[in-house]
Formats: sequence, C-alpha cells, structure tokens
Amino acid sequence: MDYVIEMLNIRKEFPGIVANDNITVQVKQGEIHALLGENGAGKSTLMNVLFGLYQPEQGEIRVKGQKVNITNPNIANDFGIGMVHQHFMLVEPFTVTQNIILGSEPTTKSGKINIKKAEREIQELSDRYGLKVDPTAKISDISVGMQQRVEILKTLYRGAEVLIFDEPTAVLTPQEINELIEIMRSLIKEGKSIILITHKLKEIMEVCDRCTVIRKGKGIGTVNIKDTTTNELASLMVGREVSFHTEKKKAVPGQTILEIENLFVKDARKVDLVKGLNLEVKAGEIVGIAGVDGNGQSELIEAITGLRKANSGSIKLNNKSITNLNPRKVTESGLGHIPQDRHKYGLVLDYPVAENMVLQTYYKKPYSKATVLNFKEVYDKAESLIKEYDVRTPSASTLARALSGGNQQKAIIGREVDRSPDLLIAAQPTRGLDVGAIEFIHKKLIEERDKGKAILLVSFELDEIMDVSDRIAVMFDGKIVANVTPENTNEQQLGLLMAGSQLSEAGVHNDSE
Amino acid sequence: MTQNNRLFGILVPVISVLLGLLAGAIIMLVSGYSPIEGYAALWNGAFGDAFTIGETIRRITPLILTGLAVAFAFRSGLFNIGAEGQVIVGWLAAVWVGLAVDAPMILHLPLVLIVAMLAGALWGFVPGLLKAKLGVHEVIVTIMMNYIALFITNEIIRNVLTEQETTTEAIPATASLASEWLQTLTFFSRMHYGILVALFAAIIMWFIVQRTTIGYELKAVGFNQHASRYAGMNVSKNIILSMVISGAFAGLAGAMEGVGTYGTISVMSGFTNLGFDGIAVALLGSNNALGVVLAAILFGVLKEGAGQMPTSAGVPTELVDIIIALIIFFVASSYIIRWFLLRFKKEGK
Ligand SMILES: Nc1ncnc2c1ncn2[C@@H]1O[C@H](COP(=O)(O)OP(=O)(O)OP(=O)(O)O)[C@@H](O)[C@H]1O
Ligand SMILES: [Mg+2]
Repeated sequence: MDYVIEMLNIRKEFPGIVANDNITVQVKQGEIHALLGENGAGKSTLMNVLFGLYQPEQGEIRVKGQKVNITNPNIANDFGIGMVHQHFMLVEPFTVTQNIILGSEPTTKSGKINIKKAEREIQELSDRYGLKVDPTAKISDISVGMQQRVEILKTLYRGAEVLIFDEPTAVLTPQEINELIEIMRSLIKEGKSIILITHKLKEIMEVCDRCTVIRKGKGIGTVNIKDTTTNELASLMVGREVSFHTEKKKAVPGQTILEIENLFVKDARKVDLVKGLNLEVKAGEIVGIAGVDGNGQSELIEAITGLRKANSGSIKLNNKSITNLNPRKVTESGLGHIPQDRHKYGLVLDYPVAENMVLQTYYKKPYSKATVLNFKEVYDKAESLIKEYDVRTPSASTLARALSGGNQQKAIIGREVDRSPDLLIAAQPTRGLDVGAIEFIHKKLIEERDKGKAILLVSFELDEIMDVSDRIAVMFDGKIVANVTPENTNEQQLGLLMAGSQLSEAGVHNDSE
Repeated sequence: MTQNNRLFGILVPVISVLLGLLAGAIIMLVSGYSPIEGYAALWNGAFGDAFTIGETIRRITPLILTGLAVAFAFRSGLFNIGAEGQVIVGWLAAVWVGLAVDAPMILHLPLVLIVAMLAGALWGFVPGLLKAKLGVHEVIVTIMMNYIALFITNEIIRNVLTEQETTTEAIPATASLASEWLQTLTFFSRMHYGILVALFAAIIMWFIVQRTTIGYELKAVGFNQHASRYAGMNVSKNIILSMVISGAFAGLAGAMEGVGTYGTISVMSGFTNLGFDGIAVALLGSNNALGVVLAAILFGVLKEGAGQMPTSAGVPTELVDIIIALIIFFVASSYIIRWFLLRFKKEGK
C-alpha cells in the first residue's frame, strides 16, 4: 500500500499523563486524513511528534516506507513534512516574504538576500494554489485568515509534500473556512497529502477521505468517510451518543439586565467601530450576536467589560451605569466574561490551573484574608471546578500552558460560569471544543439562563447562534441592524442580514417592532 | 514534575559554578600559575580564620539585599538596573539621619533603616511611574537615575553634610548596626548585625511573592498584562509598586554599608557596584529568595577570597576578575547546561 506517512504504535508521555498510548496512523498519498478526538485526546501531541517537536518514548515513523528518525522540525522539513500550528508563528513587523524565507533565505552571488527572487517565487506559489497572498504586505496589517495562508505558503516554500493542519478552522470566519477548503482541494490536486485536525464534523464529512479517531490517548481506529455518518464519528470519539441539538424550554425574560444606548467606540487606530449601538438583554434570556468578524463585536465587548473606553453613549448593568468603569468594578457589578482570545486575556499561562481559577476572586474571602492567600481554599475550589467542568489536567498544580487548547477553554468557562454573574458575556465560548464539550457548555449556558441570568453570546458559528439563542441581534457596521428569533429565520437570511441587507430584502419578520 | 524541576533548579547553578571554576583553573594553568595554590588562597581568603569569615559575611550582607531588589522587579517583568543608584541614596539617607537625629537606639536605628528604604523606594518610584504612565523603558530611566544619585550624593556630602570634606563624621552608636560582640568574635572584622536584617528581608520577599495577593498580582502582571487587566488588576499600580519595593530593598542595602560597615559616607569617584552585582546575584539565584541568598553567599565568598589570590598565590587581580566573570558567564548560559542535562536524562532511559 502507498502510505506517505506511517506512525506506528506511538507512545508519548508527559509527567503524570500518557498523551499518546500506542497510536497508529497511516496516511495515503494524496488524501486528506482527519484526526478526530476529544479535547486533550492527544492529537496535537501526536502531530508534534511527527513534526519533530517531541520525541516519542516508543514506536516508529515511516516516510514513504522508510523508517526515519525525526528529532527536530528541520529534519521534518527535509522529509517534506510541514505544519500549520493553531497559534501562528509569524513575526508581526515583517512582510509576508520576509516571514516565509526566514531561515532559508535565497542569496545573490554577493551574499545579499535576494528578496525580489523570493517575492517572485512566493507570488507564483500563491497563484498556483489560489492563496491570494500579497508577498509585500506586512503581517500586522493582514487578517487572521490571510496569516494562516502565509503559514501554508511557508510550508510549501520549504517543499512540503505532507501538510499538517492543527485546528485551522477554529480561528476562521465561515467565509474563510470555505476558502480554506478550496485551498486544501487544490493542494491535493497538486499531489500533496494533508493531515487535518478539526472538531467540526461537518468539515470532515465535506473534505476528508479517511479519519482516525483517538480517545484518551488511544487509537480507536480509522474509518472511510464515505461509509460513515456524523453521528457515528461523534459516538466513536466520545464513546457515547451525542446530541447536536440543544434541548431547552422557552425563555421567560424578566427585567432588563444590560441596557446599551447609542454607544460609540473607537478601535486602536481611532476609527469608530461601534457606531451608535443600542442593545438590551433581559434576565432569563440568551441574546446571540450574529455578525461577520470585524463589524465591531470585539470593541463592543471590550467596552462593556471595561477593557476599552467608550467614546459616548451609556452602558447600564442592573440599572446602574457601568460606562467606562474599570474591569474590576464592572466585574463586581455582576459581569462574567469568557474572552474570545483565551491566551491573551483568559489565562495567565505560566500560573498553575488552580491560580487561574481565582483570577478575579483571589483578593476575596475565603481565597485570601488580609492579603494573605489561602492556598488550601484556592486548590479546593480548583479541584471542584476541574471535576465539574471535566477539565482534563494531570493536577490542579499543572501550569495552564500544558493543558490542551480545549481544556484551557473549559477551565475559563468553569471559572466564569461558576461565579454565576447576572450578565455573562460569552465570546466564541466553544471555539476549539469537541462536540461533547460543546453540548455540555451549551447546557450550562441554558442552565444559567433558567436561573434567571442574562447571557450575551457572540459567535461566528451560525449553528451555535441559531441553536442556543432565544433572540438574535444581527450586528453590521457597528450597529444592531436587526432583531430576529431563531424560529423566524434561517441561516441564509441571517447571512444576508449580516452582509448588510435590509430586513425586508432578506424577507425576515422583525421581532423588535 | 515539581520535584524534578527543583532538582534541576539546584543542579544547573551548581554545575555552572563548577564549570566556571574549571575554566578558571585552566586559565591559571595556561598563564603559569598553580590552580591549586590559587584556589587555596581563595578559600583561605574567604574562610581562613575568624576575621576573614567575618569580613566575608559583611560582604555578603548588601549583596543579598541588592539581589532581592533586582529579583523582585524581575518577578513582575521589570529590569531594575537602578539598584545601584538606590543603594547610593539609601546609604546617604541612612548616614544623614544617623547624624542629624538624636534619639535612643530603639527609635534611632529603625528610623535610619526606614528612611534608607524610603530613599531607595523614591528612586524606584520615578522609573516605575514613567514606565506605567508614559511607557518609558525602565532600563533607560534607571540608568540615568544612577548617575543622578551618584552626583547628587557627592554634592550633598561636600556641601551639606561637611564643609568641602570627602568623608562625613561617623554616626553615633545609637544609629549603628555595628556590634562589639560580633567584632571581638571575629578578631575585629567589620561584621555587623546587618546580616540578620538581610536574611529577614529575604523571608519578607519570599512571603510577599509566594503567599500574598500582592505577589500574585505582581507575578501575573509580569507574565501577562492583558490577562491581568482582564482580571481587574491595576497594571500601572503594580508596575509602580514593584519598582518601589525593589528600590526599598536596594536602599536597605545602602544602609548596611552606611550604618553597618563604614559608619560614614564618602565622596564616590564611581559606582559601588553593589547594585550591578545584584543583577548577577538575582540571575544566579533564579529570582527567588532562597536562591538569591545562596548566590549572594557565593558572590561574597568569591569577591572576598579573591583578595587573597594576588598576595599569597601571585595570581594577578585581572585574572581573578576573569575567573569570577567566567563563573557568571556559565551561569548566564545555563541554558546550554540545561539542554545537556535533558539530553543526558533521555539517553539514560
Ligand atoms: N507540554 C506538555 N506538558 C505536559 N502535558 C502536556 C503537554 N502538552 C500536552 N500535554 C497533555 O497531553 C494531553 C494531550 O494534549 P494535546 O494538546 O495533544 O490534546 P489535543 O487532542 O490536541 O486537544 P485539543 O483538542 O483540546 O487541542 C493533555 O492532557 C495535555 O494536558
Ligand atoms: Mg490541540
């Protein structure tokens, strides 16, 4: 059989945990091979082994039938293996070309870097695979989706034949996901092979040929996508039936919890991004904000939470103004916030999980008294949250950095939901989570709603918005342009509204009238 | 895992020091001196008799404090090169209050120490404030503050504390850390009670950093300012506070010299180097309190013992400086040693 990559009986241990326990993956030439597994199942670890970042304790790797020893990423490159990491590794002030050639710069005869030649080559590669990347643009000026394509170009420029994508779609908008899928198809057409890690079963069904399932570090098996269904994949992965639709009672909205009037917020470049926004969230309801990325959602959240100054307008929580209060005051007025960027805002990665669990409450009893921390209380709290939210970590004293992406997210969600704030802002709460965890988180959000809390959900996943929200506010160009209910609309209509169409054009009944 | 890390934390500096000594031995051999005699002289210079032991301890005392100062700032992600200037103003303040105030010891001595800490804290406050409010890099400001401290202090000694003299009068006994008992015990070395102050300060540093919400915030700000802001911490306040506490430790180091070792302050032609050595001590001690104490002991021993090497083994002072520098070099590049150790562990499996 023609396998380009074979990983046979791989075992990789971390202190206190076996991340990969005898896993076998065989990738055929020219296929898109999915790697599926719960958060912390060991997918990233396995791929880091293939890319030479980790050394396995056991097992062997073969490239085109040859047994190889990949001790660092340069050797992986030599064998034609390239990896696009979930967290990009780009130098922001550099241009696309400078980033791509970094480490293998082409030189002229006199020894100078031949940037023109590199630019030409990169332009050619970009055209060939339909990547639409401008070689002279600066990284800090381009979108997340474009940065990802730069990472792809980087691997291609180094001659990759096998590309590893670690959760590439988690950070993309639906539009960008479609583009990425096209790119993957054209890569295959040019004879490349792809290993794709994703939690989105829809994507696997759409582009993959085969799928290897991992559960708790063990290989469960490999299935042909043609012969399987989403439900089967999901139950293989979690070991039980998963429901994709969230059961919930009808909402019973109470008094207004969050009230925003005529809000204006500027971004870092002093451009108005929120332009006279009005929004209301009541107790006992989940309001979903639907919108294309970059229409002011992040600025809106930052203004509510006190991380960014509002230029004018008012924000009221429980009928008291919280406009431009500092984050501590806002939190104490009853706000919880699951931030969109978990590494930047949500966690101190170099703190143990336990200390991250009290990030907003450390100064209060019982976690500290007269500024002296009570570690027993902190750890007790952490242990109980870890248990309740199924955060998979060797221990509460493990650094947050060592957790898998999805488990970091679960830790943050546990911390925020547990405080049971009057208003919970959840920005992309299920980004990077497996289907089982998503189901759990949605249940938790609805539970909070049923307790009479107000929930503001911001998500680029229309499925999630449609499924969980009681009311949908469509955000476009810094304003809420429509208020609809999931029952009275569908994804197509939402898509049109998000692109700026009027309600009448989109054919939707406006519920706020 | 944590146990493994701790072992590593100890093993790496120990190996660094041994490698440094080895390199020093090779250099002595190559230049035609006997490393055995050289190191014997070093040992005798540091521990030879009660007097040298006393002198070694008094040399270690301010190094512990400047090490703590630099380490404390490091914990919140700040590089306090200004410990040097903070030492100088602390020294000046201690002697000044020692001379100016008349009070019984029980009031006078604590007052002297507190004012020295306040002076150092003020010298740390300025760069902290500029960093927090205007984003000016603390390295630049602290370097400039060092010169300001040096020249202002010299000016004050000449024109305020004395009339164009280079050294002030000695402080009265009520303001002094010197102890006749310790001196007789050590054949009249200049050892003083300051070592107790320094060790106590190390305990305080450990407690603040590891056990209090203050330390929790300072470290969080050092690791991730965005997350700290998200969590409701006041980042500016923490930056300033970190520099202030750091400066207070350094100011106290100045007091050790002012009212412990010398009892006076003299016009300085250059820096004391106590603050700069504190940087190396902090690095060597991996920025934690116990590590700093151990590193300061090593530094004090090397510096004190080195004094003997030219006289009894004929090794020139320049070579002694090179050997000390080599040890620091190996510690600073401990990354390489760490890498080898990891390699070794894996092969061993
Ligand atoms: N550097 C590390 N040190 C210690 N433990 C680690 C390290 N990296 C990963 N782990 C542990 O290994 C396990 C597998 O992690 P991995 O990142 O491979 O999961 P994953 O399948 O990619 O999950 P996710 O879908 O959440 O990204 C987790 O339990 C994690 O805590
Ligand atoms: Mg992962």
